[in-house]
Amino acid sequence: MIRDITIGQYYPSNSVLHRLDPRVKLIGTFIFIVSLFMFNTLYGYIVVALFLGAVIKLSKVPFRFIARGMKAIVVLMLFMMFFNLFFTPGNTIFELWIIKVTDNGLRQAVFMGIRLIFLILGSSLMTFTTTPNQLTDGLEKIMRPLNHIKVPVHEISMMMSIALRFIPILLEETDKIMKAQMARGADFESGGVLKRAKSLIPLLVPLFVSAFRRANDLAMAMEARCYRGGDGRTKMKPLRYQGKDYAAYACVLVYFAAVIALGIFGDQLF
Amino acid sequence: MQIIFDKVNYIYSDGTAFSRHAIKDISFTINKGEFIGLIGHTGSGKSTLIQHMNGLIKATDGRIYFNGQDIYEKNYNLRSLRSKVGLVFQYPEHQLFETTVFKDVVFGPANLGLDKLECELRAYEALKMVGIGDDLLDASPFELSGGQKRRVAIAGVLAMRPEVLILDEPTAGLDPRGRDDILEKIAYLHRESGMTIILVTHSMEDIANYADRLFVMNRGELVMQDKAKAVFSHYKELEKMHLAAPQVTYVMNALRDQGFQVSTDATTVEEARKELLGLLQR
Repeated sequence: MIRDITIGQYYPSNSVLHRLDPRVKLIGTFIFIVSLFMFNTLYGYIVVALFLGAVIKLSKVPFRFIARGMKAIVVLMLFMMFFNLFFTPGNTIFELWIIKVTDNGLRQAVFMGIRLIFLILGSSLMTFTTTPNQLTDGLEKIMRPLNHIKVPVHEISMMMSIALRFIPILLEETDKIMKAQMARGADFESGGVLKRAKSLIPLLVPLFVSAFRRANDLAMAMEARCYRGGDGRTKMKPLRYQGKDYAAYACVLVYFAAVIALGIFGDQLF
Repeated sequence: MQIIFDKVNYIYSDGTAFSRHAIKDISFTINKGEFIGLIGHTGSGKSTLIQHMNGLIKATDGRIYFNGQDIYEKNYNLRSLRSKVGLVFQYPEHQLFETTVFKDVVFGPANLGLDKLECELRAYEALKMVGIGDDLLDASPFELSGGQKRRVAIAGVLAMRPEVLILDEPTAGLDPRGRDDILEKIAYLHRESGMTIILVTHSMEDIANYADRLFVMNRGELVMQDKAKAVFSHYKELEKMHLAAPQVTYVMNALRDQGFQVSTDATTVEEARKELLGLLQR
């Protein structure tokens, strides 16, 4: 039931995108997100759409799979579009009682909606093609310089990878406990808000107990292997840039330059 | 016939890249009062199969009948099915949540909408059945030992007075004494109350001692369903599925290979003892 959420999941495949260095994907995604807010013309949207389409094609992740993950944000998007649509000042298009739709509002709502979709697509593409471990490895390497100002970079990334690793485990555990309680006649679906909240107790108590038990076991297992933080720790597979990584950086930079150029000169060009 | 499976299929995450055909074309019938042993290698689909029996998982394809009624029919009450088909999951102690042992066992019958007295009566009875003493009723379930927790969790399902009891590896992770204890209790329930039992296990010795019939699963298929002796006589095929026969079966087979005139269908130590005594007296 809960496993249908695809956002933030890894999609195993063997595309160029999957094999890229995680640092490229992290920085690339960051640049992509920044680029979304650098223009305000229709042509900008077309360039972004083309770029995103090409990347999706390269990633070999089926579009249906990506689209399913988007369902999760539909509510958020409607909410945002609603406010943009009705509360942006401008020339009124039509009026109904106290509701007023303006031309600016309409444009804002549509464009913000599209931007949000681009944003989610771009960032979920990163998680689809990068395993959580690679992701934290990349983050650790990028943030390495912060070590000099006493930021515990390794510890932070270790906590992050453990947290990420625990998400599927706890989801599975939730599923199991839910079924076990349903086998004892528990009902999680019917009743009012209060009754439903109460019915969650038989689920949450065992879940917390199990989370603490697992955390304890993990700490013990790490200690048994003499884990003592990041100082002097080496990696089995250290990250190294290769030819394709530089090529990917070049592509992202060309794209970024194009978007900025459109942002500055777009109005005059067309 | 109490439970009938008719060509049941289940596919996990159907229609995605992660889809997996967990159980394939499974058909069988289970009669009232039978003791069924379900064996299979890890990942062979045992757990998925038993979750179909009380409607926790809906089959992708196929039909399931309980007491003659199709459980996938529109107005079928799945919650009442779950009270009649009690399912004890693996490591059931992980589902304990109440402040006292007694309250935790009351949870099941209370969900059936029975009045308070009846719930408490059933809970008390169930706790007695699994051998939890009065001194533990007010203890926190989290303070108990592993074996006690497991018995309390089993009582939590028994308190609903199911007609069928399904147990998924009830002895996993217990010491030999706790293991024998639980198996004895289950056998007792079967003998005394005529409850239908379906026992999932990895221990061939356990199952040889208790089960009337054995179901063998391999890669999502039900490959054998027969009396224990008949199944264990195919021990070479079982080995190919990463399973085995009870150790006495191997002893008897080895003896026969050495030229002793013994029957090789002994599956329990007791049967082997009789057979060997007979041989010595000859």
